[in-house]
Amino acid sequence: MLRVTLATVLLGTVALAWPAQANDELMELMEDDNLWVIQTGDYANTRYSTLDQINRDNVGDLRVDWTFSTGVLRGHEGGPLVLGDVMYVHTPFPNIVYALDLNDNGRIIWKYEPVQDPEVIPVMCCDTVNRGLAYADDTIFLHQADTTLVALDAETGEEKWKVVNGDPKKGETNTATVIPIRDKVLVGISGGEFGANCHVTAYDIESGDQVWRAYSQGPDDAMLVDPEETTHLGKPIGENSSLDTWEGDQWQLGGGCTWGWFSYDPDLDLVYYGTGNPGTWNAAQRPGDNRWTMTIMARNPDTGMAKWLYQKTPHDEWDYDGVNENILVDLEIDGEMRKVLVNFDRNGFAYTLDRETGELLVAEKYDPIVNWASHVDMDPESDTYGRPVVVPEYSTAQAGEDVNVQGICPAALGTKDQQPAAFSPKTNLFYVPTNHVCMDYEPYRVAYTAGQPYVGATVSMYPPEGDDHMGNFIAWDAAKGEIVWSIPERFSVWSGALATAGDVVFYGTLEGYLKAIDSETGDELFSFKTPSGIIGNVTTYTHDGKQYIAVLSGVGGWAGIGLAAGLTDPTAGLGAVGGYSALSNYTALGGQLTVFSLPE
Amino acid sequence: MNFSLRFLHRTAALLLGAALLTGAAGELAAQEEGVTRGEDGKSYTEEGTPTYHVGEDGTVDWYIYQGFRRYHSECHVCHGPDGMGSTFAPALANSLKRLDYYEFMDIVVNGRGSGNSVMPSFGDNPNVMCYIDDIYIYLKARSDDAIPRGRPAKREDKPDAATEAEDACFGT
Repeated sequence: MLRVTLATVLLGTVALAWPAQANDELMELMEDDNLWVIQTGDYANTRYSTLDQINRDNVGDLRVDWTFSTGVLRGHEGGPLVLGDVMYVHTPFPNIVYALDLNDNGRIIWKYEPVQDPEVIPVMCCDTVNRGLAYADDTIFLHQADTTLVALDAETGEEKWKVVNGDPKKGETNTATVIPIRDKVLVGISGGEFGANCHVTAYDIESGDQVWRAYSQGPDDAMLVDPEETTHLGKPIGENSSLDTWEGDQWQLGGGCTWGWFSYDPDLDLVYYGTGNPGTWNAAQRPGDNRWTMTIMARNPDTGMAKWLYQKTPHDEWDYDGVNENILVDLEIDGEMRKVLVNFDRNGFAYTLDRETGELLVAEKYDPIVNWASHVDMDPESDTYGRPVVVPEYSTAQAGEDVNVQGICPAALGTKDQQPAAFSPKTNLFYVPTNHVCMDYEPYRVAYTAGQPYVGATVSMYPPEGDDHMGNFIAWDAAKGEIVWSIPERFSVWSGALATAGDVVFYGTLEGYLKAIDSETGDELFSFKTPSGIIGNVTTYTHDGKQYIAVLSGVGGWAGIGLAAGLTDPTAGLGAVGGYSALSNYTALGGQLTVFSLPE
Repeated sequence: MNFSLRFLHRTAALLLGAALLTGAAGELAAQEEGVTRGEDGKSYTEEGTPTYHVGEDGTVDWYIYQGFRRYHSECHVCHGPDGMGSTFAPALANSLKRLDYYEFMDIVVNGRGSGNSVMPSFGDNPNVMCYIDDIYIYLKARSDDAIPRGRPAKREDKPDAATEAEDACFGT
């Protein structure tokens, strides 16, 4: 029997490992499941709550308690934060922040609306989403679309400081949340479809001064890697580990963008995140492994120095951005307890790694349709250890420019995109929202112009042959690398999951349903249709001793582009529209928070 | 040289060429009343603006095909697959029922916007401007329902003139 415990982040005692600092407070707040103080639920990214008032026996009675319109009609990703009697709600561009009074029916205590140049809107590749606020030291952190990081007084909404992290005129934007760690705030950046050269940057939490910046590719000193000490699959990366895998100066347009989630292990004092696609989608224009794009990075949060790296998709040929969340749990694998990191990558493989060393433990497909690689080479003695074994038929690089490669699974959307999974220590299972979509991909030569799209491929997406659904919600055993059960969904599941001690797992659908399912069986226990499609993440908290479930509606994001008009059916021939549903037949734009509770 | 200017010069030259061709294109297959095909394989309306040609068996001209590819690289991340629109940007297969060639060009070159909805200026982007006729022709064909959704199944070969125009536009 597999035994699992939550990552030590929840145990509290580890906070003694360093001098008491301001955000010991944040760690304590994270342990209090009456609150929701970080987008990811906790530093470990488990999205698990010990609350159990709402449970598998009564969740069917859930009803809408109150609602709030955000006033913005775009894709609403992320979710609210709850600190005591105040809820903080954010919106897509223009990135409004509301502080709502939970003691007074959500009265608006303060509202903050930044002034941003609308020219940033079209430079965002896939809708103007924002994955939410962060909190530490009585401060709310908002990372705007235009890359301005602003620190707001949590009580008044007044600006404490702000700093600009990138340049939208070069295609640099932001959609991600930030992570406060001790006396720093770490932030990422977007722009992989605009040839940006991306990085993670740490700012001082008090002043906003830049402390360090680590690029995803380029010279060793710019990447904050040590040729001897930083490892890849247990071996030192050596000098010029990135530059040697690019031709000429192509790395300067190398993407490696950092728009996903951060996780942090206070015990090991390592922060984890992933890097995105290597710039242009035309692989022929960037020969080499393109390190360290598509890579999981483990870094020291004080210095930025990398401890280990693992590149999941060398020389990407499919836009399988490696930015998805890294979930930190302790798992028993082959009879031994291991501190692991579990990553459901865009490329369709779910990776389990030792998060202390970066050793690869498990890499298995979490959707059986994944076909671009047969498997990941798990033989440490092999020259291709840790690399996916690419199936030539689906290699857009081997086919070359101007050739349309058909039937690649998954599509560029990935088997999973940014929508975060949840983990329950009660079942030892991961609950994963997934896409079930394939594609044709034709790369061709593209010229670079600063601030203009730098894509270089035509992609057509469609459901897998013979299937009539485009998403699944699955339960995953990360020690074995196996799907335990799978719930088909009409559309991609683009909403972040929540698991609770009430033996219930929640997620939203693109049609707008909030669903609750039994965490053991996957049986549906509750469903309610909110006003618009859900791409936000489900949150839970208590107020006055009562448990609530909250979720943002507002269809959009990449899902809103690809699926709004329905996908084509390749089997119908000549690109005709098949029987596949258009999302626009089910939902329309929205921007609403819906809060549920049990009747008195 | 300013890219937009170079592009506009080229367009003007093409339009002039088309106007000359219109009078003497008897042997070219006309798809609609007044539509003629130039030596570059591109079709033109009576007004001299570019348009599409689809054969009886559904074979599309090179420019529709190139437009399909370029649209799905540069435009579809906002405007959705097949010109069908997204949750935040209009369906261009509908827009071209209203917009003529010159209005379309004006919006792509200069951009426009209102509130939280913004179409950027692509005037300096060779990946768009060097294929702007192609993208227009593709969307016009979609708008008129002359081609279905999805990748065109059959296409004509790439005319030498298209390669030459491409090289000239990129300055290679």
